[in-house]
Amino acid sequence: MDIAIIDYGAGNVGSVIRALQRLGVNPLLTSDAERIAKADKVLFPGQGEARHAMQQLRRSGLDKVITSLRQPILGICIGQQLMCRHSEEGDTPCLGIFDTPVLRFQPQHHQDKVPHMGWNALTNISASPLLRGIDEGEYVFFVHSYYVPTCPWTTAQTNYILPFSAALQRDNFHATQFHPEKSGSVGERILSNFLDL
Amino acid sequence: MLAKRIIPCLDVKDGQTVKGTKFVGLRQAGDPVELGRIYSEQGADELVFLDITASHDGRKTFASMVERVASQLNIPFTVGGGINELADVERMLSAGADKVSINSAALSRPQLIDEIARHYGSQVCVVAIDAHQEHNAQWQCYIHGGRVPVGKDLFQWAHEAQERGAGEILFTSMDHDGVKQGFANDALRRLSDQLTIPIIASGGAGEMSHFRDAFRDGHADAALAASVFHFGEISIPDLKAYLKRENINVRS
Repeated sequence: MDIAIIDYGAGNVGSVIRALQRLGVNPLLTSDAERIAKADKVLFPGQGEARHAMQQLRRSGLDKVITSLRQPILGICIGQQLMCRHSEEGDTPCLGIFDTPVLRFQPQHHQDKVPHMGWNALTNISASPLLRGIDEGEYVFFVHSYYVPTCPWTTAQTNYILPFSAALQRDNFHATQFHPEKSGSVGERILSNFLDL
Repeated sequence: MLAKRIIPCLDVKDGQTVKGTKFVGLRQAGDPVELGRIYSEQGADELVFLDITASHDGRKTFASMVERVASQLNIPFTVGGGINELADVERMLSAGADKVSINSAALSRPQLIDEIARHYGSQVCVVAIDAHQEHNAQWQCYIHGGRVPVGKDLFQWAHEAQERGAGEILFTSMDHDGVKQGFANDALRRLSDQLTIPIIASGGAGEMSHFRDAFRDGHADAALAASVFHFGEISIPDLKAYLKRENINVRS
């Protein structure tokens, strides 16, 4: 299986590579549009700041490559946020695959710390194939300060300060706010589901 | 609801864990990679590997251990010990660590926190603080394994670390560490209530109720311990079952 990880200089993608290797596949980290376009599956991970990340994507033309993909693609963390319409982070227009804004967490109580960091539960899990076999209330690992509100493409929610989108899907476009590569056996199952799509 | 985290800490010297353990059936008793894997399977939420090696060769061994941990472990892990400059951070992150913990180096040169946050993001930067409560009740920060006071107040320094871009504070009370009478809950609570970043409690775990108190009374976001786990005095599954019964939200 030909798996491409989009290389746009956004953070450490080593853990995604190693997680896939544990599942027996050897992904290719690449910024080459042609290689990405003809891969069987594409991962779009990353950490970092939205404005800078979008600049990198536009400069390399990868923004258009991503939106035109027909094979399964999985955005992780900032990858998910960049797949939305607009991010409050740096007032950044994004890829628009999911027609929703990305907002900054507004603490309501003193115990609401930002970033949302640690293990939190998945709820309202829908029938998305990415989440096959994942039970209500299973924990996954999050690190983020911005969130995608619940929207028509939400396939799982998590509650922190308010219910937000933990996972999204529209056709071949999948995304998670959490890090499946760092989410123990639950995350492994989700990555394995993605490879099975 | 966000779960409270349980974090075993492993001291590593020349590539081997230093403290003894009661785990049986290990392929190699002191192998930090194997121990990390077992803790992960038992439900540890994160791990910390602390390099207590002094020699240059030992440091290289540590980096190769970090690579092995990263290839096998599917939960987040932090490395600390001997991280003095951005190049050290780069080496650990490229070996596969998720976060680095800095202590003396940050107090000696606070700018290091800004640099790590700017280059890799705040989520990578854990600022560890060892502090001791003086006779005047003030909490004073110490460096070099708690040997040298630096004339900085715990709360002021924690604030400064947050402002400079620390992602978490790992607070060890030197007065509670190793005594097994519970965490420094009053100081923890003040820290947690004053700061907007997560606080990891460290030093003092002896019984399961101590973890409950650090979360409930100390408002800690995570609790770290070493010997109670390594010597099998407390097992992580038992601890998590206990905390659940005590209405503390933990990942099962």
